[in-house]
Amino acid sequence: MPLLWLRVATVLYGVGLVHAILMLRQKGERSGRIAAPAVGLGMIFHFVSLVETALLFGYTELLTIRHAESALALLIALIFTALFVRYRTASPAALIFPLIFILTFASAIAQHPMAFSSPTFRSGWIVFHVGTLLFGYAMLFLSFVSSVLYLILSRQLKRKQTPTWAARMPALQEIDELGYKALLLGFPFMTVGLLAGAVVAQERYGATYFTDPKVLLSLLMWGIYLVLLYTRWSAGWRGRRAAYLASFGFVVSVCAWGANYLSKLHRFVAP
Amino acid sequence: MNFFVLGVNHKTAPVEVREKFAIPESRLPEALGKLTSMDGIEEGMIVSTCNRVEIFARSQNGHCDLQKFVREYFGFSAGEYEPYIFEHQQLEAVKHVFRVASSLDSMVVGESQILGQVKEAYATARALGTVNSQLDQLLTRAFAVAKKVRNETTIATSSVSIASVAVELAEKIFGSLSGKSVYLVGAGKMCELAARHLIAHGAKKIYVGNRTYDRAAALAEKFDGEAIPFERLYDTAPWADIIISSTGAPHAIFRKEHGEKFLHARKNRPMFFIDIAVPRDIDPALNDLDGIFVYNIDDLQQVVQSHIGDRRKEAVRAEVMVDEEVRKFEQRAQTAEVVPTIVSLQQHLENLRQAELDRVRGRLGSLTPDQEMAVEALTKGIINKIMHTPITTLKSAARDPESTTVVDVVRKLFNLRAEKAPEAVPPTAPPQAPAAETAAASPSLTNQIRK
Repeated sequence: MPLLWLRVATVLYGVGLVHAILMLRQKGERSGRIAAPAVGLGMIFHFVSLVETALLFGYTELLTIRHAESALALLIALIFTALFVRYRTASPAALIFPLIFILTFASAIAQHPMAFSSPTFRSGWIVFHVGTLLFGYAMLFLSFVSSVLYLILSRQLKRKQTPTWAARMPALQEIDELGYKALLLGFPFMTVGLLAGAVVAQERYGATYFTDPKVLLSLLMWGIYLVLLYTRWSAGWRGRRAAYLASFGFVVSVCAWGANYLSKLHRFVAP
Repeated sequence: MNFFVLGVNHKTAPVEVREKFAIPESRLPEALGKLTSMDGIEEGMIVSTCNRVEIFARSQNGHCDLQKFVREYFGFSAGEYEPYIFEHQQLEAVKHVFRVASSLDSMVVGESQILGQVKEAYATARALGTVNSQLDQLLTRAFAVAKKVRNETTIATSSVSIASVAVELAEKIFGSLSGKSVYLVGAGKMCELAARHLIAHGAKKIYVGNRTYDRAAALAEKFDGEAIPFERLYDTAPWADIIISSTGAPHAIFRKEHGEKFLHARKNRPMFFIDIAVPRDIDPALNDLDGIFVYNIDDLQQVVQSHIGDRRKEAVRAEVMVDEEVRKFEQRAQTAEVVPTIVSLQQHLENLRQAELDRVRGRLGSLTPDQEMAVEALTKGIINKIMHTPITTLKSAARDPESTTVVDVVRKLFNLRAEKAPEAVPPTAPPQAPAAETAAASPSLTNQIRK
C-alpha cells in the first residue's frame, strides 16, 4: 500500500512539474490554480505513504536509500509550504516542484522496479533516454555559449570600444533571449531523459544506481539547469552571474559526460 | 575623350565664395543652355549643392573655355575668384567625377546625399538634352562606380553623428528598438534630437521629466508622450529602456544606488543611459552595474571619431577602386575610338565583294541554291581571312597611345574616308547615332568603288 500512495503522490507532483515549466514560459497563471491543490494533495498521500512505511518496517527503513529520497522530497515540500504561508510568495514553486517530483519519482521506481517485457522494448527505452538527453545537452551548451557571448558583448559595450567583429554579432538582448529559450526548450527534455534513464537503471541495478558518480553528476547538472532557469525567470539573472552559473553547469555536464569512463554502471556500449 | 571639369567646392572655396557660384534649380535649364551654346562645348551638366558648384563638360575638339562661361554667366571680371576655382581635364576629370559620385570628395566622406544630388543634376541635363552621348556614358559609369564603392567597402555603413551613434548603440543592446521606451530627463534641444532619431528607428513610448513641468508637457506633446512630475523621477525611471539625460543640475542625478534599484525593479533587464549634460547627470559608477550601460557626450564623440577614422581607412581602399575604374574607362574609350574604323573597313570590303559578285554573275549563269551558298561562303571566307590581322592589330593598337597612327595607316591603305575617325559612339547612346554614321559612310564608299 505505501507504494501505491507514493505513486499517487508522484503523479500529483507531476502536475506541479508541468506547472513549473509553464510558469517559466510566463504562461503559468491558469495551471497554478490546478497545481497548488494537486501538490497539496500529493503531500498528504506522500505523508501517509511514509507513515505507513514506518509502521510496517520500522523508522530505520526511512533512512535507507529507497526512502530517503522520498523523505527528503516531503521535507522540501513542507519547507516550501511554510515559506508560502509566511511570505505569501509562490515563485520558488518553479524551483521546488520539479525537485520534489524527481525525488519522489526516483524513490517510487526504486521500491518496485519496472520490468521490461522484451529486450527490444528495453533498448527502445534506452534510445529514448539517450536521444532526449543529447538534445538537453545541446540546448544547455547553446545557452552556455550565448551567456558567454552576452558577457563578452556587454564588456565591449561597457568599455566603449566595439571591434569590428563585435559589430557583426547580434544585439545583447537577442543573445539573451536565445540563451533563455534554449534553456526553456532543453529543460523538459533533460528531465524526461533523466527519468527514462532512472527507470532503466532501476530495472537492472536496483537502488544502488543512485550512488553512481555518473548519476550524481547528472542530477547535479539537472539541478544547475533548474537553478539557471529559476534565477533567470525570477530575478532576471543575466550577464556575469548567469555566465558564471552557466559555465559551472557546463563544467558539470562535461564531467557527467566524462563520467561514462569512470562509471561501472553507465557506459557507451550497446545495451 | 575630351572631358572637362571646373568649379568651386568645400575644399577650394569658403562658403562666401561658393554662394556666389550657386545656381538655383529653377535657373539650371537656362545655365545649361548657355553652357552648351558655347564654342566647342558638345555636352554639359552642372552640379550645384551647398558644398560644391561644378560644371562637367565635353568638347568636340579638345578645347573648351569653361572659365569664359563662368565669367560671362556670373558676370565676374577677369581673374576674380580665380584662386578658388579648380579645373580638371581628360582622365583627371573622369577621376574627379567618379570621386564626387562615390562621395570620396565629400566633406563627410561616405555620406550618401551627394550621389542623389549628382543623379538629379544628371537627370535635369539629360532631360534638356545637354547630356547625350559620351558625358552620359561617363555619368552612367560614375554611378556604377559609386554603387561598387558603397557595396564593397564599409565607407558608408558607420554612423558619424552623436544622435545616430546613440541609435546604433541602443540597437546593439536591444536589437530592434520597436516597442522600447525612452525617458527624456531635461527638455533640452539635444534630448529632443536624440529622441527623434530613436523614434524614427521604432522607439514607442516617450516619457519626459523636467524641473519645470510645463516644459516637460510641451515636449511630451510633440512626441505624443507622457510628461512626468520631476519628483516621481526615481519611481518612474525603471519604466524606460533608454534614458537620455541633459539637465543643468550641478551634480549627478542618477547614482549607483539608483541604478541598483532600477535593475531590481526591471528584473535586471538592461538599461541604456545617455548622458549629454555637462556637468554630467549620471554617475559613471553606474556603468559598473551588470546590465546598465552609460555613455556620456565624450564617449559618443569618441565613437563618432573612431567611425570617421574607419571611413578614412576605407576611403583609401575606395580610391584604389576608383583609379582602377578610371583605367578601365580609358581603355574602353580608346577601343571605342577604333571601332568606327573597323566598321568602315568591314563595310568597304563587303561592298567590294558584292560588286565583284555582281560583275561575274552573268558569266556564272544560274546557280543552284547549294552553289549560291558555296560562292557566298568562299568569298566571305577570303575576306575574313584577310581582315583578321588588320582588325586584331587595330584592337590591340587601341590600348596603345600610338593608336591614331595605326588608324591612319589602315585608313590610307584601304583608301577609307580621308577625314578623322568620328567621335566614338557609346553603347548607351540612342540607336540612331550608329545608323546615321553608316549612312554617311556608305555613299563615299560606293563612289570609291565606282571609280
